Amino acid sequence: MSRPPKTNVNRRTRNDHHESFLRHKNFLWLKRAAGLSLIAILGYALIDVRPHPNGGSAYGYTLGILCTGLIIWLMLLGLRKRAMTPGAWSLKAWVSAHVYLGLSLIVLATLHTGFQFGWNVHTLAYVLMMIVIITGIYGVIVYVRLPTALGANRGEVTQKLMVEELVGLDRQLSILARPLTSDLAAIVLVSVDPKNIAGGVWRRMTNQHPNCKTRAALDQLARAVPSATDAPILAEIQTLLDRKASVLKMVRTHIQIRSLLVAWLYIHVPATFGLLAALTAHVVSVFFYW
Amino acid sequence: MATPNQLVLRSDVHFQAGKREDILDLWTQNAADAGVNVRYNAEVNQVSGQIGNFSLTLTSGEIVLGETIILALGTQGNPNLMRCDGSTLPHIQYSLDDPAAYVDEHIFVFGGGDAGIENAMGLAADPAQGNIVTLVNRSSELARAKDANIKSILSAQQAGRIAILHETTPSLIEPGFITLNTPQGSQRLACDRVIARLGSPPPRQFVESMGVEFTSESREAFPKLSPTFETTTPGIHVIGALAGYPLIKHCMNQGYDVVEFIAGNTALKPADEPILEAKLKNLPGNRTVAEWLEFLRTEIEILSGLSALNMREFLLDSEVHSFDADEVVFARNSIGSSLFGIADGGVLVQIDPNNAQVTVPISAGSIFGEVGLISGRRRGATIRASVPSIVMEIPRTAALKLMATSPEARAAINRITTERHLLQIFKSGMTPEDLADILATSEVIEVRAGQAIITEGELSNDVFIVRSGSLVVERTIAGNPIFLSYLPAGSYVGEMALIDNAPRNATVKAAVKSQIVKLNGSTFEDLLKRKPKLAATLEASASTRRKINGFIEQEKSKFGSVVDMYSSVAGFLIEQGLGEATDVLLIDEKLCIGCDNCEKACADIHDGLSRLDREAGKTYAQLHVPTSCRHCEHPYCMTDCPANAIHRGPDGEVFIDETCIGCGNCQRNCPYDVIRMDTPPAAKPSLLNWMLFGAGPGPGEPDQKWKLAHKQKGAASAGKVAIKCDMCKGKDGGPACVRACPTGAAIRISPENFLSVTQLGQRR
Ligand code: HEM
Repeated sequence: MSRPPKTNVNRRTRNDHHESFLRHKNFLWLKRAAGLSLIAILGYALIDVRPHPNGGSAYGYTLGILCTGLIIWLMLLGLRKRAMTPGAWSLKAWVSAHVYLGLSLIVLATLHTGFQFGWNVHTLAYVLMMIVIITGIYGVIVYVRLPTALGANRGEVTQKLMVEELVGLDRQLSILARPLTSDLAAIVLVSVDPKNIAGGVWRRMTNQHPNCKTRAALDQLARAVPSATDAPILAEIQTLLDRKASVLKMVRTHIQIRSLLVAWLYIHVPATFGLLAALTAHVVSVFFYW
Repeated sequence: MATPNQLVLRSDVHFQAGKREDILDLWTQNAADAGVNVRYNAEVNQVSGQIGNFSLTLTSGEIVLGETIILALGTQGNPNLMRCDGSTLPHIQYSLDDPAAYVDEHIFVFGGGDAGIENAMGLAADPAQGNIVTLVNRSSELARAKDANIKSILSAQQAGRIAILHETTPSLIEPGFITLNTPQGSQRLACDRVIARLGSPPPRQFVESMGVEFTSESREAFPKLSPTFETTTPGIHVIGALAGYPLIKHCMNQGYDVVEFIAGNTALKPADEPILEAKLKNLPGNRTVAEWLEFLRTEIEILSGLSALNMREFLLDSEVHSFDADEVVFARNSIGSSLFGIADGGVLVQIDPNNAQVTVPISAGSIFGEVGLISGRRRGATIRASVPSIVMEIPRTAALKLMATSPEARAAINRITTERHLLQIFKSGMTPEDLADILATSEVIEVRAGQAIITEGELSNDVFIVRSGSLVVERTIAGNPIFLSYLPAGSYVGEMALIDNAPRNATVKAAVKSQIVKLNGSTFEDLLKRKPKLAATLEASASTRRKINGFIEQEKSKFGSVVDMYSSVAGFLIEQGLGEATDVLLIDEKLCIGCDNCEKACADIHDGLSRLDREAGKTYAQLHVPTSCRHCEHPYCMTDCPANAIHRGPDGEVFIDETCIGCGNCQRNCPYDVIRMDTPPAAKPSLLNWMLFGAGPGPGEPDQKWKLAHKQKGAASAGKVAIKCDMCKGKDGGPACVRACPTGAAIRISPENFLSVTQLGQRR
């Protein structure tokens, strides 16, 4: 597109920059991380370590210290995310740097190993790091792919409103069920269960709800043969239950997407702590026994 | 402001601010001690006769005679009472002070007007209170209430939070139960509390029936009063809220004064005399208080419509200063929103911040500082006295009240503002004399949102200035209206037709309710002929506009859908009220992972309460406008703040300072629902403490339970205060919501930049 002409409306100068964490400052951290990796690769190729490249050489030490420093800094994101301290930092910039510098560890740490792997604490640290990184990559994929679905599903309804609507529907259902014959009322009241929304972790993430009580009530009502006095009430209940089923679907999808957006962190973060332990062991053993 | 505290209480009856019951007990006791005859249950229906011989007819038919009458009726009137058996039981109340005070009750609210609906909504607002609220309405529809109230209660009804009974009247109230006549027959229901909001007849009609005249037709008008509080009917006096003095101490003093006057003590000075004397003591001129009042009133143009009594009150709120020649009245960038009136002397406005020699004079009788009335921004220029001067400083709230009550003052202030506005826009060496013709033919028009002031293709040549609100410019391209540009307050539009001598090439309509100054086209043309420099300025701005329009048209033919998208997003944002915003938080739903870190950061940086609700609000094309302050050009919240606690800061942020008294006016006035009333919770344990030992509730706003368990120290007195976004004023990193967003979904924008064509086709 050609450049638009400048407008003369400009009372307050400020920038309305709008870039995602991946594009932040025109991929600044991607460029830096790539540069870092490139230098490390060049170093690896040019510095001829005898008898075999390893972490114990001067070059290896440099890389090792760099990687440890990076890992510790990467961990600090957990603190940064939660600490609203003064200053001009932005979490978006941190995440941007986190992602690209984290990825550069694939190159830096692998070169640091000199491709010497085995069944020991050193390789354990490396494996844990790779787990953290791979889950991180998965995290970025969800961050990029899921938000649109999250917004599209809820439209302009908030989670609070969804829950409130369910409570309201349950209330109306209980009131409407009162005059029904007791067996019919029992069927309707089956669906009135504030706990029957999301279920456990698996249910949340898969969004499969085979024992949805509202579904059950709807199915049973479809088979019921109401009396002439119950029939009009039942029709009204039917509408409410249908409404409830569709609200439930929205809530559950909402919860599913939100769960998927954070679930990976439950591997990313514990693995990080595992990594910290293994890394400590690695560093200590290297200094004492090498 | 003159607080009633500095006012000595002259009355023999005592007063100590406190609980209503205690005050009433004290007064009953004092009245008995003083031997005052009090007739209870005596409702006066009619007053006839004249001074020295009035007769009051009571509802009971009894007639009471009197020589003079003092009315202390208040403005609320008496609430209409419940009429059914059991209507005197103690659980029936006619007002609701704190809806949060009732839990787990069956509450019936009577009355389908605004008061009833608002009370019912308040009681049902928090489901955790567990109240079962029923609104009982006598007619079949809620016709008397405001639209917004009706909508909100109907949706609450649909959500099952409130029940509404129409065509229903009470027949019996018993402790614990109520019996209602409903269209379906009589029903006895559980009921712990009855709140009756059945309206109250305003006292004006009654007062007028005694021959008392009011100052105007307006609902807010007060009776015409002499300095001794006597009405136009000799022998009838009015004191208290009905006289325009709602403060109890004022009212008690007025009662004392009036009785003294009637008893013949005409030498008595009003109770506020010492305060005014103290205020005026250090001024040159040796005038008495009465002379000062008269001097100020006659010299300062905008005060000419006030009565002597108004003037007294006005002066209590204001200050009078004297300045030597060259002394600074206020400096550029200082904070202040008061209005100044020059009673004597004159001032110089320094228009060039770098050169004290470039000034514009303002002479005696006129005003300055009027911009503060509208925007509360910092002072735009330094002002100093040109000769020894006497200047009256009127606080913003008092000035707004003046404008609301005195049409003369309003007209004068409007005329002066328009003139200065024009001078500022058209600079180019204009003088007020040059503008005289234009001003004489100009008019201020109010347009509703969506109303067009210019229509494409039409032959007209008036020029418009946006005084408040904002406009959008649209043009029909290939059958669709395409958004061209956004004009914030302070801009002008319409000059192109004049310059090109062609039909209007675009439609201009109001984005929000706006005040527009309309300048007559032909008069304007004459002005341009006389002022070639002005013509050149306008030509330059018109050519920029032409370029932009051309650009959009050319883009449209190449990238039709992109332009349509831009246009429809702009339309959506305008609909969301961005037209009057200066700085808005937007959320890109393509990036938002719903982590609520924005809300948490907001709460953490502002003593524990979040000022934004991310999820709430409208969305269009994945652009979400959350419930959070937009820092309106003309903040609704500022319009009626009795403590004058809302200001605009240097970066345009509208914020509430610590003098907030928690009255809730701003919350009610905000059309965007972004102000909350709450008590800040106690400080939380530190972040590390939480991370390592699980102490405290963690980042973000603590939940209700934690807040209740950890009241702020000394919170006994800490009531609710108004809380809203202050754009993280004073924090160098800028707004925390944006800083804390991990993905870049949260952005703050100013509409004039965001809605400009430069954004066309920007990638995210
Ligand atoms: C050894 C390397 C890494 C370590 C030690 C590490 C550690 C962490 C930690 C401690 C957090 C904070 C989680 C929380 O408190 O909620 C985090 C978040 C995150 N990490 Fe990593 N990480 C590493 C590599 C990566 C990589 C390679 C990526 C992406 C390619 C990545 C992507 C992310 C993302 C997207 C977040 C979430 C940010 C947010 O939502 O605020 N990480 N990481």
